Amino acid sequence: MAGTLNMTDRRRLAMLLTPAYLWLLIAVFLPLAAMLFFSFLTKMPQDGPDWAITLDNYSAFLTNPTYGTLLIKSLQLGMIVSVICVIIGYPCALVLAKSIKGRAREALFLMVILPFWSNSLVRIFSWAIVLRGNGVLELTLNAVLPFDLNLNLMFTTHAVVIGLVHSYLPYVILTSYLALQAIDDDLIDAARSMGASKLTILRRLLLPLSLPGLLAGVVLVFVPVVGSFMEPRILGGRMGTYYGTLIEDQFVAVYNWPLGAALSFILLAVVLVILAVASPVLKGART
Amino acid sequence: MTGGLLALVGRIWLVAILIFLYAPILVMALMSFNASPFYQLPFEFTWRWYQDLSGNAQIATAAIRSVLIAWVTTLIATALGTAASIALFRYDFRGKRVLQILLFPPIAIPWLITGTAMLTFFFAIGIGRGTPAVIIGHVALALPYVIVTVTARLASFDITLEEAARAMGANTWTVLTRVTLPWISPGIVAGALFAFAVSFDQFVVSYFLSEPGDTTLPVLIYTAIRKGFTPEINAVSTIIITISMAIMFIAARYSKIGGNN
Repeated sequence: MAGTLNMTDRRRLAMLLTPAYLWLLIAVFLPLAAMLFFSFLTKMPQDGPDWAITLDNYSAFLTNPTYGTLLIKSLQLGMIVSVICVIIGYPCALVLAKSIKGRAREALFLMVILPFWSNSLVRIFSWAIVLRGNGVLELTLNAVLPFDLNLNLMFTTHAVVIGLVHSYLPYVILTSYLALQAIDDDLIDAARSMGASKLTILRRLLLPLSLPGLLAGVVLVFVPVVGSFMEPRILGGRMGTYYGTLIEDQFVAVYNWPLGAALSFILLAVVLVILAVASPVLKGART
Repeated sequence: MTGGLLALVGRIWLVAILIFLYAPILVMALMSFNASPFYQLPFEFTWRWYQDLSGNAQIATAAIRSVLIAWVTTLIATALGTAASIALFRYDFRGKRVLQILLFPPIAIPWLITGTAMLTFFFAIGIGRGTPAVIIGHVALALPYVIVTVTARLASFDITLEEAARAMGANTWTVLTRVTLPWISPGIVAGALFAFAVSFDQFVVSYFLSEPGDTTLPVLIYTAIRKGFTPEINAVSTIIITISMAIMFIAARYSKIGGNN
């Protein structure tokens, strides 16, 4: 137990743990701390010795309405994508966990989560090929439908939402499925034998018991979507300016790193608040 | 038979989702075999775009760099992650919960934030941009996945086996190499495959950390996409997604994701 390790064990423990956590310290935690520091500077130290401490980067966020608008736009995007993922994904998880049995379930589940583990950039590019004007979707629909259709989905907010739902849908299915699978089938049988309808079973039994898993999925979708920049860039075109692309610009186009650091940190603060609010639920989801 | 009808609707729903998930990828792959450089139909089969790829030195260099970075990342992350997992599993100590919680930020914080933070910090301490910086970043992202996977396998390990081996005179090293490691080896293999995939598919962190003109494959694709779509991008994308899906398929079989427990 705590503090009762002898010297040899303590040395071994340190030997096993230090490399991994030292690496995380240097590659993740120190950079985050450093970025917080840089966000209060007038310019990056490597660009010259005449840097100074300032609050300008944060006051820029308050005085320039564009930044706040883009953050809200990104938060809205996160909400829309999360809601669509739940509406599409939860029924799918329900079917997988409670209606399909045996090896078929295992294979189908693997098929659902496999794309999620493949290259996200390539998957977004594949939607660009499908959605582009005169693209495959339009040609197919026009071949089937009796009238000519001009979808023009590419470079719209719709395209961004479709691409992001495609990217993150497997998260919601995965977490909901794991939560639903943990519910004992005997409970459902008991409810049914007492005359509960399918809807009642869903509303009073399955939904409340799997809610932690579902919410964990929502958080896992919402957080990366708010910080997304590659997807809006490729699928959104000129409509694809979001808070994430604003940060990207500061680092690769405008080269205002201190402002980029401040904007990143504001996003991190928003993310941490969301994670903190959700953490009691997330803890429940793991057991 | 409302139950039967409901089950049917459920299955149709599931099939629709599978089509939604795979159709665009299949379309993209098909277009890499289509002769028209402007993706025009009717479909006309060609190997041309793949042949063009093999003559493209820039793509070849980026591909080799991507695989190399993924290999180094896998080796480091698997070694460090396995060691940490064994320590977290075997010993009870103060601060263990904190160490476990510290694994989440690299996964939970958007890569945009982690990537830009790494960029600013690496420049400040003199590492700057380039392949070493990319590897440092990738290992940090892969480590939590390795630790979670190996720890999950360790959970099914019976610690009394170690005690029995020790009682029969085996020393610590023998216990580790002959009892513990063989038992958790499927977890280590799965963890290594996850690490490889995390690195090979990683775009955001590589994008901020790699030297312009000296990039990994996903970063090169991103730059190319922004200049305009070409069937060559389809071809290289098809190769990448085939590799990463194959790796994840094997990893999933090893770690028994989707099993009945």
